[in-house]
Amino acid sequence: MNAAAVDRSRFEFLLRAGDNGLILGQRLVVLIGHAPILEEELGMANVALDLLGHARMWLSYAGEVEGANRTEDDLAYFRGASEFRNALLVEQDNGDFAATIVRQFLFDTWHARALGAWSASSDERIAGIAQKAKREVDYHVTRSGDWVARLGDGTDESHARMQTALAQLWPYTGELFIADDVDRELAARGIAGSPEELRDAWLGDVAAVFARATLSIPEDAWTPSGGKRGLHSEHLSYLLAEMQSLRRSVPGTRW
Amino acid sequence: MTASVAQVWEWLEGVPDPEIPAISIVDLGIVRDVAWSGDELRVAITPTYSGCPATSMIQRDIVSALHEHGLDRVRLDVELSPPWTTAAISASGHDKLRAYGIAPPNPDIAVACPRCGSTAVECTSTFGSTPCKSLYRCTACREPFDRFKCH
Repeated sequence: MNAAAVDRSRFEFLLRAGDNGLILGQRLVVLIGHAPILEEELGMANVALDLLGHARMWLSYAGEVEGANRTEDDLAYFRGASEFRNALLVEQDNGDFAATIVRQFLFDTWHARALGAWSASSDERIAGIAQKAKREVDYHVTRSGDWVARLGDGTDESHARMQTALAQLWPYTGELFIADDVDRELAARGIAGSPEELRDAWLGDVAAVFARATLSIPEDAWTPSGGKRGLHSEHLSYLLAEMQSLRRSVPGTRW
Repeated sequence: MTASVAQVWEWLEGVPDPEIPAISIVDLGIVRDVAWSGDELRVAITPTYSGCPATSMIQRDIVSALHEHGLDRVRLDVELSPPWTTAAISASGHDKLRAYGIAPPNPDIAVACPRCGSTAVECTSTFGSTPCKSLYRCTACREPFDRFKCH
């Protein structure tokens, strides 16, 4: 295997990790000013900030690995939807608060498991970012898990909304655990373990909280996928249009 | 111009955290190492929270503080590993936080109200006004206060 191919896989890995944080962070920041209570607003803003912080570290490194002089900002603001590598789950609409929380919980629990595995990466920089992010994401898991339990085991209305959100979003979790050629190469190189290996532990994590929440896990059926290869739902283009418009209409602008 | 490493540490102790100016970046454990490499001063720092907006301000403040003391050639090395934790906050940092009205992050003792010292407190929100703090309320004196999260 030649060095250029390895770098391509590493670059893809960093885009996938970075884009998950960037896109979910962007989803959350648009809720600022709209959260149901002040404390939740702070929570959402803090989680979004953490995710953006992680995205900056992953995308900066991605730019260095690519070696084409692209900065984190170039990668965030000047790629089109088909160049994004985030999982489909994180680009799904905010919907009602149940959908926002279920999406967050499904992602947070996967994220914590993935970061745990990446903490042992043979790439020291990846391991360092993962170890740092993991400490923050553990808080995210607690927060979204508490909400899932509270709303699932809440009123008839909140329970019904949570169950509906879970039915809608569950299919998007399948993609998180499907390995492709990039994943297989990364695993062979010790850069990141295979995503399939995370599934059992993750299922245990979510099942425990759904039991507390009196929510039933939907049957596995249709599994949309393709986010990691740049095949996205139309939601992503709208999100990018909003996120990128200022930077694209006024190139080089700074706060 | 040059200065002893001990002198540089002393200067850095005078650089406040932008969000919690009662405590210095050295108290917070952000500065990991100071060393001369030829005529260039290398300062190793570590970020607290990944998304903390104060991180870039802190970097700028360090460089400008050292420039004011006549050190022109300063290089900042950002170290992620091992990750920063609140165990890196010094004992004097804990005292300064408490005096400022923030309960310090000590996982071994009960959270106490920084105003009246009571441990009859409740957490009102895990997430607070900055990534590093949670919101609490003292049920004895009714004071709402921040607690630096154990991280």
